Amino acid sequence: MSQPLMEIRDVTKIFGGGFLQSGDKIVALQDFSLTIHEEPAMITTIAGESGSGKTTLANLILGFIGPTSGQILYKGQDVGAMNGEQRLEYRREVQAVFQDPYEVYNPFYRVKHVFDLVIRRFNLARSRREARDVIEEALNVVGMRGEEVLEKYPHQLSGGQRQRMMVARAFMLKPRLIVADEPVSMVDASLRAMILDIMLRMRDEFNISFLYITHDLSTAYQIGDWIYILYQGSMAEIGDTVTVIENPKHPYVQQLISSIPVPDPTERWDTDITLPPEEELRGQVESGCRFYPRCSSRMDRCITKRPPLYRMDGQDHEVACYLYER
Amino acid sequence: MGAQANEQNLVLQVKDLRVHYATPTGDVIACNGVDFQVYRGETLGLVGESGCGKTTAAMAILRLVQPPGRILHGQVLVDGVDMMSLNEGELRQARWRQVALIPQGAMNSLNPVMRIKDQIADGIQTHEGQQPREELKERILELLNMVGLPGRVYNMYPHELSGGMKQRVCIAMAIALHPSLVIADEPTSALDVVVQRVVAQTMLEVKDRLGVSMILIGHDMGLQAQLVDRIAVMYAGNMMEIAPVQDIFEQPLHPYTQLLIDAIPSIKERKPLKVTEGLTHDLRNPPPGCVFHPRCASPRATARCHEEVPVLHEVAPRHYVACHPE
Amino acid sequence: MAMTTAEGRPAARRAAGISLWDYPWLNPKLLIGATIVVLIILMGFLGRFVWDITLAQAASSPLNLPPFWVQDSIPAGDPAHPLGTDNMGRDMLALIITGLPSSLRVGFIAAGVGMFVGVVLGFTSGFLGGWVDNVIRTVTDAALTIPQLLVLVTLAAYIRPTVTVMALLLAAFAWRGPTRLIRAQALSMRERGYVRMARLSASSTLSIILVEMMPNLLPYLAASLAGNISGNILAATGLELLGLGPTRVPTLGMTIYYSIRASAVLRGMWWWWGFPILALVVIFTSFFLMAIGLDEIANPRLRQLQVKEE
Repeated sequence: MSQPLMEIRDVTKIFGGGFLQSGDKIVALQDFSLTIHEEPAMITTIAGESGSGKTTLANLILGFIGPTSGQILYKGQDVGAMNGEQRLEYRREVQAVFQDPYEVYNPFYRVKHVFDLVIRRFNLARSRREARDVIEEALNVVGMRGEEVLEKYPHQLSGGQRQRMMVARAFMLKPRLIVADEPVSMVDASLRAMILDIMLRMRDEFNISFLYITHDLSTAYQIGDWIYILYQGSMAEIGDTVTVIENPKHPYVQQLISSIPVPDPTERWDTDITLPPEEELRGQVESGCRFYPRCSSRMDRCITKRPPLYRMDGQDHEVACYLYER
Repeated sequence: MGAQANEQNLVLQVKDLRVHYATPTGDVIACNGVDFQVYRGETLGLVGESGCGKTTAAMAILRLVQPPGRILHGQVLVDGVDMMSLNEGELRQARWRQVALIPQGAMNSLNPVMRIKDQIADGIQTHEGQQPREELKERILELLNMVGLPGRVYNMYPHELSGGMKQRVCIAMAIALHPSLVIADEPTSALDVVVQRVVAQTMLEVKDRLGVSMILIGHDMGLQAQLVDRIAVMYAGNMMEIAPVQDIFEQPLHPYTQLLIDAIPSIKERKPLKVTEGLTHDLRNPPPGCVFHPRCASPRATARCHEEVPVLHEVAPRHYVACHPE
Repeated sequence: MAMTTAEGRPAARRAAGISLWDYPWLNPKLLIGATIVVLIILMGFLGRFVWDITLAQAASSPLNLPPFWVQDSIPAGDPAHPLGTDNMGRDMLALIITGLPSSLRVGFIAAGVGMFVGVVLGFTSGFLGGWVDNVIRTVTDAALTIPQLLVLVTLAAYIRPTVTVMALLLAAFAWRGPTRLIRAQALSMRERGYVRMARLSASSTLSIILVEMMPNLLPYLAASLAGNISGNILAATGLELLGLGPTRVPTLGMTIYYSIRASAVLRGMWWWWGFPILALVVIFTSFFLMAIGLDEIANPRLRQLQVKEE
């Protein structure tokens, strides 16, 4: 059994609250662990709503910020302790696609600037012709042709086109892992399938794994292999995507799934739900289950100590809830 | 379900609305002769993707279109009165009292340095003149109650409230003067799923108790299915299909509507993704004939679609489509 | 339902719309301001061929002459000295031709040095963050509390500076504001999507600053520079008005100073202080126009097309 491709061990990230800083501290991510294996290529979904810590996780993995405690290991090497050469290798093998398909382009340059940067830095080509070929190959994978788009400015392309170009850019490096942070949430509904389909094809044909970060459980359900559901910085439920979504165990996940509007006018929400007026639920509390204020099945012990992950019988399914204690 | 379809019960009638945006290389046609109606007591869903003109239409109803946009043509009858014929003073009276708008991102546009009570009071007093303090307070508390917010919110500042609560404040402001029609533009798109459900419930409740008619602009078909009575589908400035919500989902007649319905990712079963070619035309240069024909994959498409613009006509009871018949 | 296309619009309106949008740098305010500044610079180099600038020296011309169109006083105006002369025999036109570009030079040097230092410190501070940011920020904030006028007045009274020395003295204070502003810009730009992409593409910090950030900041930097130059000219002129400027070469500020000292107002010799003031107004107005024009370029929302509802 080879070492895993990426291993996140008990990572905690706390913002603010330090010695010289003002403001309360925010526990963005707490004791988060995740493993991605080299083989087979998989789409691992990190699902969560606002405040769940998923954006923080993306930033940690991409090395934009460092963990407060815990480790992020890539092929056994601590991401925070990499030297220049290792860092370059890391950038080559771990790439990203972000949510906003406009912001990621520098408005001063034509769109091919994003490709040129990569080619130059990673020496992907020795001549301009070769560079052009490399770009063309990447664009073809996402269903575009260089001559139609490369000389344009960002505002001249549609959101869907820009996002596909970003995927092409990531692909060009032939990475092992692409972190996709809400790649389709700002793309029109009718164009989302195209981008999700590209992700699936990259997984199947090119063995590229994805870390698909999203708040939309429906798309996660359609393309994810494995899913981690976060709530306010802690893992709530983990497992095989179909198992978790068809059979949710954690009270939060159950509430979440039942609140997704079903596109069928005959199946309307039957019961009303209420949220406690204190909807601002994040506190400085580091112990106790985060979902306590909203949970209909809560018990006293839930507020004193955070429940660990319990494995469900014989399935690829773990839940952080005392209801399932063995 | 739904109101009687006759002239007396019309709250809003939009006829041949044309709105253009000037750009140096030509006019962008935002609304191209849009027709639709809203009956008393019903909720009309206005759906479409980016650039379809739904927000522009909403702004045009209230004559809030700013340069470089301009309304070329059209009648907007609210309770029988043509908004286009009103002068500035009459228009200001009509806005908020007859038609209220909850614009996109309203919850982020609350004045951060004013308490909630003052913001709502401001809105009321601007239109109705100075009010006796006790009565005003009663009214505001009643409004807050109607949207499910606790009385404490009266004295709070926007930053002390969560997203869902802020949005409900915006709903309260919109119904403060008991308008006949409320237009809500993407009221829940920035909210988490569970909070979205709470806000959606609030809107339904408000509608039931006040009997106010609503236009719900959005792109989330699932949410539309839960909330509206009829749906109007727009594409690139044109109205493509209007029908009762059930008919839209069970029997979408326009190819674009079918595309939108197909694109909804299901949370119930995993299916292969339906990928569609996304090339939308330049909005300054619409193709001749039906504006959707470059993307139309319908087997019923003929040469006529390239030449002749289809007119919105009734194909089944209360079901209108802008598509050439066989 | 007929389709409307763009051809229906009057061509005139379309044409009026194109120029400002497609070519934002052709902003009329910027062009007018820049033209005036260029003319002044040219005046500095070519003025000597148009007018005899040695007339700016004392005792080179008849004393106390009014401008040439004033004929009913004693002494009367003389076309040989169109703008009049002062009480030491300096020709006003020559004074303006040498003094105006000189003021400009002070502004350019001071602002140039100030902006350069500001850009380096500001970017370093904003982009790198951490302790570097803390150090630079503290130093800058402390420096900002030092009263510029007091220090300059004291120093200038002591050493009687030349034009270049004065420019450098001003530069010593001119870097503070730009450092703060550019630091703020760098901080906000650091989180931009395309900067993150550049980091993901393993671009070096220097490359990110020069290739990604700078081009987008150019209009803002240019506007800031225009404002800076103008501010420094004002500071220099202020010192000169107090009599603390260079004495060897003629400057606008010193001219006004001499005129005050010689009671030119009481003596009705309005041309002595009037024309230098007019020249200063021209400089400040031109830079003001440039600054607004650049501001409009940097901030597209100010470039509204005027389209009326039909």
